[in-house]
Amino acid sequence: MSLLRAHPFASLLIGLFLLFTLFGTVSIVPETQQGVVTRLGKPVRIVNSFEPGERFGEAGAGLNAKIPFVENIVWIDKRVRDLDMDVQQVLSTDQRRLEVDAFARYRVVDPLRMFIAARSEDRVEQALRPILGSQLRNELGKRPFASLLSPEREGAMENIRVGLNRIAEQYGVEIVDVRIKKADLPTGAPLDSLFARMRSAREQEARSIRAEGAKRAQIIRAEADAEAARIYAASFGRDPQFYDFYRAMQSYQTTFLGDGQNAPAPTTIVMSPNNEYLREFTGNR
Amino acid sequence: MSVFSAWVARSRGLFADNKGPWGSPPSGGSNDPTPGPWGKSAPKRPRGDGLGGGVSSLEEFLERNRRRFGGTGGGGGGGGGARFVPDRSLYFWAAIAFFSLWLVFTSIHRIAPDEQGVVTVFGRYHNTLNSGVSFTLPAPISRVQKVNVAEIRGVDVGSPTEETLVLTGDQNLVDIAYRVLWSIRDPEQFLFELRTPEDTIRQVAESAMRQVVSQMSLNDVLGVRRGEIEARVREEIQQTLERYDSGVIIRNVSIRQADPPGAVNEAFKDVTAAQQDAESEINKANAYALQLRQLAQGEATAFDKVYEQYQLAPDVTRKRMYYETMERILRNVEKTIVETPGVTPYLPLNQLQQPPRPSPSQSQGTGAGR
Repeated sequence: MSLLRAHPFASLLIGLFLLFTLFGTVSIVPETQQGVVTRLGKPVRIVNSFEPGERFGEAGAGLNAKIPFVENIVWIDKRVRDLDMDVQQVLSTDQRRLEVDAFARYRVVDPLRMFIAARSEDRVEQALRPILGSQLRNELGKRPFASLLSPEREGAMENIRVGLNRIAEQYGVEIVDVRIKKADLPTGAPLDSLFARMRSAREQEARSIRAEGAKRAQIIRAEADAEAARIYAASFGRDPQFYDFYRAMQSYQTTFLGDGQNAPAPTTIVMSPNNEYLREFTGNR
Repeated sequence: MSVFSAWVARSRGLFADNKGPWGSPPSGGSNDPTPGPWGKSAPKRPRGDGLGGGVSSLEEFLERNRRRFGGTGGGGGGGGGARFVPDRSLYFWAAIAFFSLWLVFTSIHRIAPDEQGVVTVFGRYHNTLNSGVSFTLPAPISRVQKVNVAEIRGVDVGSPTEETLVLTGDQNLVDIAYRVLWSIRDPEQFLFELRTPEDTIRQVAESAMRQVVSQMSLNDVLGVRRGEIEARVREEIQQTLERYDSGVIIRNVSIRQADPPGAVNEAFKDVTAAQQDAESEINKANAYALQLRQLAQGEATAFDKVYEQYQLAPDVTRKRMYYETMERILRNVEKTIVETPGVTPYLPLNQLQQPPRPSPSQSQGTGAGR
């Protein structure tokens, strides 16, 4: 007490020192991080390192003790991280260009190796990004365009993942998944020609639909005509002579008097007295 | 009040006592009568009787305490300490109050009905709190992250204004916009497994949609198999996220819009128009067919009826029909009867055919009756 009062500054320093020592000795390891403990820059042990199938609360997260001022902890993400790639131009075997945007998901599974090889996640990503790009170009370049639009694509992705993983292992990183986010045709000529093809395909479809409609309409009409002819024949065929007469009468009437809807053109009939109708007109029977 | 101050004094003394190892001289045995903290001379008593020596009154108890603790640090020190007593108690109580408030606020957690709380103790996952009021260790030791597990979150890909073109299996493009609804199933996985969960879901959604659409034909995407696409995309996203242990459940994938790209939209509209055209063509033909059939049946039936009667008396019926028809016709038309066969070619038929004209007609001139 008296010492504290006598040397407040020194006491403060001692207090701070003790505090620093405490903080330097005990560190809190969160679930989301793994730590590489380095002693004077040399990695000596790993805390909370990733184990497949481990459950939260069981593994190394929590309080961790280390030698203050001598040992440091370098934090490395334990979570699944995103490795996003720039858009790549891929040339398929049938010489078609495709712009592919892909991403990989990875997790640091060997923090020590990763620390030695790259020291930080950013540098791992920098190292892996071009490799992902070249893997993608190689793998997709071995295939025709159409296979990129088929279930075969899954196989290609798995090949890329395996290939990338082989290199990623050197960084203590596991590639969880590689997926194509986008596969587009480059704007300009390829896209325009695709549009032109789509358009012509639609025009073809439209024409064939119209033609189909016309065909079916014609068939319907023809069937109706045939049906009518059949009905007429069945009925009129019983007495063709009478039909001729009957129909002539109808026809005259329609021609000279109209069919009830349209008035006929004015008609003048020039008759000879020898006409059948005027037979009795002459009175010489 | 006096009890209160006694307690303060005692606790102060406790601190002083604690700091004993830093060189306080042994108490009680001082030779000179030290002035008390409040300037009152302390009665000189042997250390031995202390507390055990029958405290007659509270005043005396206080006094003794004062002498025991407060009066030990030598004149200047004791006096200095005494001067700060009221301030110290204020700070002390403020600290106590702050501490207990902080304790209360950081160790009692109210978890809303749609939330879960993930408790970490020194960074390590401890347990997950369900809704209700729960207690944990206070703040720097325990930390509670509240996660809303009931909320359904949405990721929209594509917009009505901007085209999101996706290649289909038959190498066409389709402009598609969809929404993925998801919620958190395992809050701890959600917090600890993925660095960027929202981004991950968006990217996986985009990728899954493109993958599924790339295995379908354009007409499937535009038409009837939308529901199937939605189901497959949902499954695909879920499987992929499962591989990342994301703790996320995909509730629904809904395609809000699937249209042909704007550049070829006219051609697609023309197809629709063609379908309408074909449809109307067929409808017209059907109407014609119906009409024709009815007409034929009507005419045939009419003929049959007449024929039945005709068969009963053929000659008479025939004549009757003939005259009746002729009557009807000749009653309403202009008639010219020419006796001499040679005249016919010279008739000005053009004029004859225009009866409304009041000009004297050639036919009348030739003596034809009306």
